[in-house]
Amino acid sequence: MSVIPETSGSAYVGGHDSAPATQRQSLQRLLDSFLLIVVLVVIWQLVYWKSEVAITGPIETVKTAIELLGSETFWRHALASGRAFGLSLLMSSIGGVAVGLALGAHRFSGAVAAPILTALYTIPKVTLYPLVLLIFGLGISAKVAFGVMHGIIPVVIFTMDAVRNINPVLIKTARVLKLSPSETAYRILIPAVMPEIVTGLRVGFSLTLLGVIIGEMFASQQGLGFMIINGMNVHNVRSLTAVVLLLVFFAVVSGSVLLALERRLQR
Amino acid sequence: MSVSHAELREVSKVFPAAGGQGDVHALGPIDLNLAKGEVIAVVGPSGCGKTTLLEILAGLAVPSGGSISFEGRPVRGEVPDGIGVVFQEDASLPWLTVWDNISFGLRRAGIGAAEIKRRVDDVISFMGLEDFARAYPAQLSGGMRQRVCIARTLVLEPRLILLDEPFGALDQQTRLLMGDELLRLWRKTGATIFLITHAIDEAVMLADRVAVMSARPGCFIDLVKTEWGRDRDSRVVADGRFGALTGRVWTRLREESLKSVGRSINRVPAAALS
Repeated sequence: MSVIPETSGSAYVGGHDSAPATQRQSLQRLLDSFLLIVVLVVIWQLVYWKSEVAITGPIETVKTAIELLGSETFWRHALASGRAFGLSLLMSSIGGVAVGLALGAHRFSGAVAAPILTALYTIPKVTLYPLVLLIFGLGISAKVAFGVMHGIIPVVIFTMDAVRNINPVLIKTARVLKLSPSETAYRILIPAVMPEIVTGLRVGFSLTLLGVIIGEMFASQQGLGFMIINGMNVHNVRSLTAVVLLLVFFAVVSGSVLLALERRLQR
Repeated sequence: MSVSHAELREVSKVFPAAGGQGDVHALGPIDLNLAKGEVIAVVGPSGCGKTTLLEILAGLAVPSGGSISFEGRPVRGEVPDGIGVVFQEDASLPWLTVWDNISFGLRRAGIGAAEIKRRVDDVISFMGLEDFARAYPAQLSGGMRQRVCIARTLVLEPRLILLDEPFGALDQQTRLLMGDELLRLWRKTGATIFLITHAIDEAVMLADRVAVMSARPGCFIDLVKTEWGRDRDSRVVADGRFGALTGRVWTRLREESLKSVGRSINRVPAAALS
């Protein structure tokens, strides 16, 4: 997307003129995002004109969304989703990083686990949802379990790969500089694997959200997923579209924050 | 050649059998005395155990037989104080600025902040990195990053500096200039330098003695004295003796390189012709 020509060949690519260059770059990025939003809204409007039964128009939806933000019902459902999502995210992140670190450090276990993880990652997990419901029942636990099933695998895979791909010369450097094992972990290994772990957490974040919302769409009386499916059942298209818009807004904003963090770490 | 700074006595390395192969005798036996303040270069065919030798001398690897001593004390499994290592690969820490990379080893040595600043700023100006002190390694070229790694080693004021093909990834002109830099820092610090390289011209230009290694298991088959003065630089390539010296090194190395290349040539046709 960058239109800034690369000044390759010079010893130092950044330098004194790097500040305006970065500014221009972020301005460009802002413009790109704005154009993307405009295109999406235009498509949305076109779809609305084509089938008014299924969707409400952009302006009306924004109005409904603002109304929803002032209603108690919405917040009750949002809170239910938030609790399930928060718990799932916590479990996916902590569990995923812990399992990933262990599998990355133990070469043999990692080699055994890698193809299994890839297979699990590819399975359409919704096919297993009846099983999850039978095991965990109809409450919040099924939603959390389903969210974790979605979110934990990418976190494990990214963390494991990060540890396995640590540049061995960094570990030799730690030995030459006579760092103790704990200093090596804290000052070399953790900073070295951090960018990839954040990438895993970002992917895990969106998949956990996906899992929780899908979980709420079936066999649930609470949550934003329920609001969406209920909107369809009772043909409350206004509410349905507005909830989707709010969810998209939440996902895009938190995704961008994580992406910005990731970019900061990837010098 | 008066005082022995580091000594290798009958050092050898055997890697235990793995993957259906028998034990691999990688190195030795090797005997070597490093005189205090000399530059010694080691050249050898690829796979002859040069890097293993350096890692054993650094205390990063343990030999299967023989002994190493540095300044009279035995070296085994731990890097002794006073030895600095510059690796072939880029070992700069990407999450730290150039300044923080260079000060990294000092900060844990219990040295005061003012002293750290003085030493880091000194090394930065010595290595010509002033304009890049606040930059991150990703913003620098390969040659500049290797400079950062050398600076990080120098700031600890090592008395013996081990370099493992430090300029291997650089183009020829940058390599010659980095060679001049190395001689300059050698004159300034008075450190003993142990340099591994695959470039014969680099070895002959930089070293007081060039050790030529055989194909695996790597042993020294020749030790060539160059007898350049202390104030030499890359312009010795124009000296009449330069050709004779590189010629001698290459003659010995050629037979050995053919042996190691021959091994793979013998394997190739069966696959290539089928």
